[in-house]
Amino acid sequence: MASIAATEPAIALGPRRRSRARAFVRICRGKPIGVAAGAICVLLVLIALGANELAPHAPEATRFPRMHAPSRAYPLGTDNLFRDIYSRILIGSRISLGIGFGAVAMGTCMGTLLGLIAGYYRGWADMIVSRALEVVLGFPPLVLALFILSIFKTDRGFSLPSFIWMSFAIGLIITPTTARIVRGSVLSIRALQYIEAAESMGAAPSRIIARHVLPNVMAPIIVIASIQIGNAILAEAALSFIGVGISDDSHPSWGKMLQDTRAQWQAAWWLSVMPGAAISIAVLSFNLFGDALRDILDPRLRSS
Amino acid sequence: MSLYIARRLMLAAGVLFIISIAVFTAVRLQPGDVCKIVLATPDADEQQCRAIRDELGLDEPAAVQYVRYMGGLFVGDWGRGYISRRDVRTEITERIPLTIELTLLSTAFALLIAIPIGVISAVRQDGWLDYTLRLLTIGWLSIPGFWLGTMLVIFPAKWWGYSPPVGYTEFWHDPLKNLEQLYLPAFALGLGLSASLARVTRSAMLEVLRQDFVRTARAKGLSERLVVLRHGLKNAMIPVVTLFGLQFGVLLGGTVVLESIFALPGLGTLILGAVLSKDYPQVQGVVLFFAAVLVTINLLVDISYAWFDPRIRYV
Repeated sequence: MASIAATEPAIALGPRRRSRARAFVRICRGKPIGVAAGAICVLLVLIALGANELAPHAPEATRFPRMHAPSRAYPLGTDNLFRDIYSRILIGSRISLGIGFGAVAMGTCMGTLLGLIAGYYRGWADMIVSRALEVVLGFPPLVLALFILSIFKTDRGFSLPSFIWMSFAIGLIITPTTARIVRGSVLSIRALQYIEAAESMGAAPSRIIARHVLPNVMAPIIVIASIQIGNAILAEAALSFIGVGISDDSHPSWGKMLQDTRAQWQAAWWLSVMPGAAISIAVLSFNLFGDALRDILDPRLRSS
Repeated sequence: MSLYIARRLMLAAGVLFIISIAVFTAVRLQPGDVCKIVLATPDADEQQCRAIRDELGLDEPAAVQYVRYMGGLFVGDWGRGYISRRDVRTEITERIPLTIELTLLSTAFALLIAIPIGVISAVRQDGWLDYTLRLLTIGWLSIPGFWLGTMLVIFPAKWWGYSPPVGYTEFWHDPLKNLEQLYLPAFALGLGLSASLARVTRSAMLEVLRQDFVRTARAKGLSERLVVLRHGLKNAMIPVVTLFGLQFGVLLGGTVVLESIFALPGLGTLILGAVLSKDYPQVQGVVLFFAAVLVTINLLVDISYAWFDPRIRYV
């Protein structure tokens, strides 16, 4: 939220604008680290969107010296396959962040849907959803993703199906957390009087869910989604590192870059440090941003 | 209590049953012909194919195959790998000790790091120490375990010429060598878990230390150490145990990556190799085994609540 407010003109245009600007200043004072992390997240997304223009070389181009240390010509060095690491990291942000966001989007949608159904209808629906979530939780997350990818992702390279299966496999891992939190929030909201009022006026369940329940559980949903982005990026990196991710020279992910160069890490430190740092910076920024967002939007989630 | 345990046991068995059907079905949904995978050629001979399908019983209805497979599980026949041609049960049982030891060691590392940090952070709430520790934990939450693991292999070797002995020696065979082989991967695996555990320990401690019985304990003159550890920590353990139960799966999944980095012959490398070579009977066996372990752990976590908080009574 803070980052969106940041792009608005600071000049006061009306009472509403002014109070928003004031709220933004207050948030900046109270959560300087969270705001800085949010700014880095926005920057990372912009880099990913403009990577094709920003990258000095094509990621698959191999006309460079082999394992050249970071220098002015090659800011982050070159790898064992004669490629420019800086360009690869920029382009790689598209895959790493893309799958991170895709997975969280899928997981949040599935989790929200299940949580709404379980929390609103309770009874049988709740029981079935809860059992389904226990089935998902019965697998070690990485093993579940590995299993799904091994069966359904037939395409090794970069393509829409492989992107979707990667996002789905990782998204499924985070679904139970989202579903449980949404379910809990829905249960408490459902007991409130305005739901009873809407029901007594004859509103259909779909309308009550869409108009009265969903808007009131948005805060925890946004918070949990932003916290999970970092985990999704880490999961993508781990899956790519063990060789079940997207394997495509012109669409490298950060985890895949680490896998490609693994045999040579001892000889050239930048091969491991640069993509590793990219992963850590992205994950750290999203974690700090999510944390600050949680404190602002939903302090109750702090303990969980 | 025993009624509650019985009910939880039934539920766990039900969940495992659904998992077994899901895994069994998913494996049979894989695109591509099994015999091409077994023979490792795209143009397999029709006659050979028929022989293979016959041997594996693939022409029978899926339900029959399922019942036969599940029946086999209970009498110790877990099938044979398509590619490895090895008995799945022997493969798994041979590799269990390593994976168990790795998860136990990383749990130990995680708790040893997390609990002191969480307690100190809570006791010194909002002080500079608390602030530093919190930044530190959120920082190492962002380090990929596989990356840290690989760094731990490479840099000691490069700088000091030190590398842990390759492979796996059984503990009772040579305890020191065994620990030397496992402490690095266990540390890399445990560090990520310790970060989230420390954060939960801190917030749970903060909650507990604010309560009346803690004030009473202080008022009656107990030493601060006793108040924090005996009265505070024990009561702060429930969320920690819950999180540990939830994160145990992450730990098990992490063994896949770390075992492969450190070339350890455990269950993780088994499933990874099986997945990469499309050896589905092995994949199926290991996935089901992992699920059984995890469901059992979740069950134990649920039951352990009652031990930490006797007020919890189950109906």
